[in-house]
Amino acid sequence: MPRTLFDKIWDAHVVRSIEGGQDVLYIDRHLIHEVTSPQAFDELAARNLELFRPSQIIATADHNVPTQNQHLPIEEPLSRSQVDKLTENCQKYGIELYGLGHQRQGIVHVIGPELGLTQPGLTMVCGDSHTSTHGAFGAVAFGIGTSQVAQVMASQCLLLSRPKRMRISVEGELQPGVTAKDIILYVIAQLGTGGATGHFVEYAGSAIRALSMEGRMTICNMSIEMGARGGLIAPDDTTFAYVEGRPFAPQGEAWDAALGYWQTLYTEEGATFDTEYTYAAADIAPMITYGTNPGMGIPITGHVPSEVPATEAESFDKSLKYMGLQRGESLLGKQIDYVFIGSCTNSRIEDLRTVAAYVQGKQKAGHVEAIIVPGSKQVEQQAIAEGIDKVLAAAGFELREPSCSACLAMNEDKIPAGKYCVATSNRNFEGRQGPGSRTLLASPLVAAITAVQGRIVDITEYLN
Amino acid sequence: MERFQTLRSTAVPLPLENIDTDQIIPARFLKATTREGFGDNLFRDWRYNPDNSPKADFALNNPRYGGQVLVAGKNFGCGSSREHAAWALYDYGFRVVVSSYFADIFRGNALNTGLLPLQVSDETLGRLLAAIHADPALEVVVDLPSQTLAVPAWGETFSFAIDPYKKECLINGYDDIDFLVNQKSAIEAFEKQRAWAW
Repeated sequence: MPRTLFDKIWDAHVVRSIEGGQDVLYIDRHLIHEVTSPQAFDELAARNLELFRPSQIIATADHNVPTQNQHLPIEEPLSRSQVDKLTENCQKYGIELYGLGHQRQGIVHVIGPELGLTQPGLTMVCGDSHTSTHGAFGAVAFGIGTSQVAQVMASQCLLLSRPKRMRISVEGELQPGVTAKDIILYVIAQLGTGGATGHFVEYAGSAIRALSMEGRMTICNMSIEMGARGGLIAPDDTTFAYVEGRPFAPQGEAWDAALGYWQTLYTEEGATFDTEYTYAAADIAPMITYGTNPGMGIPITGHVPSEVPATEAESFDKSLKYMGLQRGESLLGKQIDYVFIGSCTNSRIEDLRTVAAYVQGKQKAGHVEAIIVPGSKQVEQQAIAEGIDKVLAAAGFELREPSCSACLAMNEDKIPAGKYCVATSNRNFEGRQGPGSRTLLASPLVAAITAVQGRIVDITEYLN
Repeated sequence: MERFQTLRSTAVPLPLENIDTDQIIPARFLKATTREGFGDNLFRDWRYNPDNSPKADFALNNPRYGGQVLVAGKNFGCGSSREHAAWALYDYGFRVVVSSYFADIFRGNALNTGLLPLQVSDETLGRLLAAIHADPALEVVVDLPSQTLAVPAWGETFSFAIDPYKKECLINGYDDIDFLVNQKSAIEAFEKQRAWAW
C-alpha cells in the first residue's frame, strides 16, 4: 500500500506496538533546555534510574537567558539558578551542553538545524511545542511535556498513539512582499487555532518546494499554532545541500548511505490522508494578526471580522477588548510602539538579511523601540561578518544576544501593558510578551517596514 | 502518580474557547525547578490584578463556584507544551477538566500528571456550562472504570473515550516510565538494527 512520508518515518521507529493501539516509538535525538528539563532530571534521580543514551541528547540555555551582557553572571536569581541547574545536570549525566557564552549556543530550534543535528528521517523531541520546526528537513519532530522528557531520558522512547495525517498544499507563485511567514499565518487563519488537532501535517505543493530551508522552518515551526502534533516537508536537493558539511552531518561513505535513504523519504502516489487542503499562493497577501491567538489573522489591508458565530462571540469580544480593537476595524494607520524580530520562527540569518536590506539607509520611527534578537551565536557572528549589525545600528535597531527573549518574556525583554508590538514570533496570546502586552504577529519584512513607518501600512506600497 | 477512579463534585465553569497554557500558567512563573506550588499562580493574570488583588468577576474568585472539576470551552490547553499547566491545575485542586476537545500535548501532560481530560460533545459542554451557571451546586459524577460522566440532577449519563492503556495507568497510578524501562531489551535490539542512523 502506498505510504505517506510521515508513516515511513514513524514505521521505521516503532520498537513494538502494544495492546490498545499505542506504539513504543524510538527517539533519535532529544534536545533539552533549562525550563522544561529540571523536573525530568529530578524524576530520574527520585527513581534511581540511569540516563539511557546521554550521547543522543544536546542541551542549550535559551528560554530564560538575558539578551544583554551574557558574559556576566545572570542577574535575576531564579533565572540564574535554573540555568545553573541545567549545567549541573549536564555535567552529572554527561550531556553535551551549549550554554551561555558557547559558540554553538542559541535557540534550540535554530541550533539543531545549523549544527546538522536535524536530518531527514529522524525522530526528534524537545520539551517545547515548536520542535515541529525540525520537520522542515523531513524529520518527525514534535514537542513533549516534562514527564515525557523524563521518559526519553530513561528509555530513549515514548509511548504514543499514531496521529492522523493531514496534507496542506500551497500551489503557484507568491505575490511580491509575501513570505513563508505569511503562508503559515494564512493557513492558520483558514484552519483556526485548533483546526489540525490530532493530526501530523505534511506541507506540499510548488510554493512550499520553492522555499529555502529557513522558510520551510518558519512554516513547520508554527504547525502547533493550528493544533497539529507536528509538521513536515519531504526532503529534496534544497534540504541535502543545507545539511551537507555541517558539524553533525554524516561524512564520506556515511553521507552517501544517508543520502540514498533520504531520497526514499516522500509520500507515494496514491497514499491517503485523513484530511487535505489546497491553497493558491496567489491568494495569500502579507498577513498580520489582530487577536489573541494565531488563528486570528487577516491580510494587512483587511478588516477585523464583524461577524462571528454566536458560540464564539464571548471569546472573540474578550480578545478584541484585550487588544483595544473593534469589530470591523482596519489596522491600517495604527501606531505601533515596539517591533520585535526574533524567536524560533524568524531569527535566522535570512530574516536578519531581509530586515537589513529594507532598513539600509533608513531610520526607524522615533517612537518605536526596535529589538532584534538573533537565534544563535552563529547567526549573530554571521550578521557581524556581513556588516548587518552596522546597518541595523545605523537605522536605530538594537541587535541583542541570542535568546527566546520577548517571544515569551521569561527574561527582562517584556512589552509594557497596553503597548502594541509587531512581532515575528509565533504567539499573540494575552500576556505572552509581558502582562498586558498587545502582540501583532507578522513577517520580518512587515516588521521592518512597520518599524520604519511607525504604524501599520500596506507594505506592498513600501517595498524597496 | 496518584490513582484516579471516581469523583463526585461540583464544578467551576470557564466558558471561554482556546484557553492556552500561557493563561493557565504564565511563562514568568516557569523559573521553578520543582513541580510544586504552581497552583498559586494558576490563571494568574485572569485571577489577579497587577496589584495582586483578586479580580472579583473571575470564576475561581467567585464564591458561588467550587469543586475539583473545571468545565471549559473547546481546544483547552492549546499553545506551549509546558506541563506546568497541568501541574498548576492539579496543585490548585482540580482532578478533572471537561471540554469538547483538548490540545494534544496538554491531553498527554494531564494524563501523565493524574488529571483526567474528559471530552464531551459541544452540545453537552454547552448544557453543562449553562447549568452550572444557573445552579453552582450542580454535582457531576465522574467514573473512570465505566468511562462515564453522570449529572444526577438531570438523570443523564454520558460516556467518554480514553485510551485503554492510559485508563489503566490512571486507575492504578502507573506511569509510562515504569512501562518503558521494562522494555529495555526490546529497545536495545531495535537500536542494533538501526545503528547506521546516528
